[in-house]
Amino acid sequence: MSTHTYLQTPSQTVGPYFAYGLTAEQYLYDYSSISNGNLIVNEQVKGERITISGQVWDGVGKLIPDAMIEIWQANSEGKYLKDRSLFHGFGRLGTGTHPQNTVEFQTIKPGSVNGQAPHINVIVFMRGLLVHAYTRLYFSDEAEANATDPVLKSIDPSRQQTLIANKSRRADGCTAYEFNIYMQGEKETVFFDV
Amino acid sequence: MTQNKRDWEVQPPYLYPAYKSTGLRAPTKPLVPLKHTLSELTGPVFGHDVIRPYDNDLTLNARKNGEPLGERIIVAGKVMDEQGRPISNTLVEIWQANAAGRYIHKVDQHNAPLDPNFLGAGRCLTDRDGNYKFYTIKPGAYPWGNHPKAWRPNHIHFSLFGNQIASRLVTQMYFPGDPLFDYDPVFQGVPEKYRHLLISKFNLDITEQDFALGYQFDIVLRGNSETPFESK
Ligand SMILES: [Fe+2]
Repeated sequence: MSTHTYLQTPSQTVGPYFAYGLTAEQYLYDYSSISNGNLIVNEQVKGERITISGQVWDGVGKLIPDAMIEIWQANSEGKYLKDRSLFHGFGRLGTGTHPQNTVEFQTIKPGSVNGQAPHINVIVFMRGLLVHAYTRLYFSDEAEANATDPVLKSIDPSRQQTLIANKSRRADGCTAYEFNIYMQGEKETVFFDV
Repeated sequence: MTQNKRDWEVQPPYLYPAYKSTGLRAPTKPLVPLKHTLSELTGPVFGHDVIRPYDNDLTLNARKNGEPLGERIIVAGKVMDEQGRPISNTLVEIWQANAAGRYIHKVDQHNAPLDPNFLGAGRCLTDRDGNYKFYTIKPGAYPWGNHPKAWRPNHIHFSLFGNQIASRLVTQMYFPGDPLFDYDPVFQGVPEKYRHLLISKFNLDITEQDFALGYQFDIVLRGNSETPFESK
């Protein structure tokens, strides 16, 4: 059926020791990083400032301390841009440096992309995952847009909630969203066959 | 435009019981199909600003007072899409154990020596023909806790983006003829027929006279190397 001639290189787990290679600055290794948790490159960038915080849980409800989370998002106008001078739509953090294994991204709220509800693409890597897992983060204060989003609508209603990040207002006045990723169990996050 | 799916005939499954940590971490529900949108068909683009001098030479990029110990090797290859078209200017990141089989990572408790002159991490961009090249030290095998006498075959970890988040790949490259292949559930997680895709080949053209042996590891990323970016 497919016309391709070369087979995809198979995936392998990121393993437990990625930190000094992929997230060196966050883990205080003597090596540079291509990315971190701050997507705002220049304060001139337009858009609502938000914080996304997240944790990752295993099948017995234990926090996972050695996962790596990557995010990819549009800017406030719903555009994915190559240009990184004001805003880089990509962020990468490991769960191993925070006492509660929380990752925290400083970013702007993305706009709607081609009629989809505002969302952030999330990629999950960890020891024990032979292939990375793709999911999406939607926003709890976008109920109207979420209701018509084609991807959300394609999901069993009982599981849609696993993709909604809950809004909270923090002491410093910054808008924060909380996003939990459950690898298994009753609240298992929806992962996509991207 | 369309994008090929992940080829689940070639890719390992999430749950692979012989690899114990998949037990509590593998998603248990079927993946939900997703029709690709711009969200999946775009991805981050990295430029030369994220590459420092010598970042592709792990024998040089962490020297403190001398040369790292071990066998110098060259690992080179081409990054391409499923049609064999080169993927140029894409980021390749690698990390690995030192010659003694020890990672510099703080949680690696293996009782083998660290090398003060070796970090074990590097990166580069592919050239316009999709080629990359690293100079490094051959990584040692190391034990892990999966089962009694579990040792990982020598390997180098690779991370690539391609032009879309749909083409994202994290993998491991192995060396030809490793006797540990028969005992390693991470390697064996890949269906038997396709395990050879993870094994580099000794290559005399990449080998440098009186300096280092060369290994070739070509990497095929999913789908179509075109990216539908929007302009400002
Ligand atoms: Fe490893």
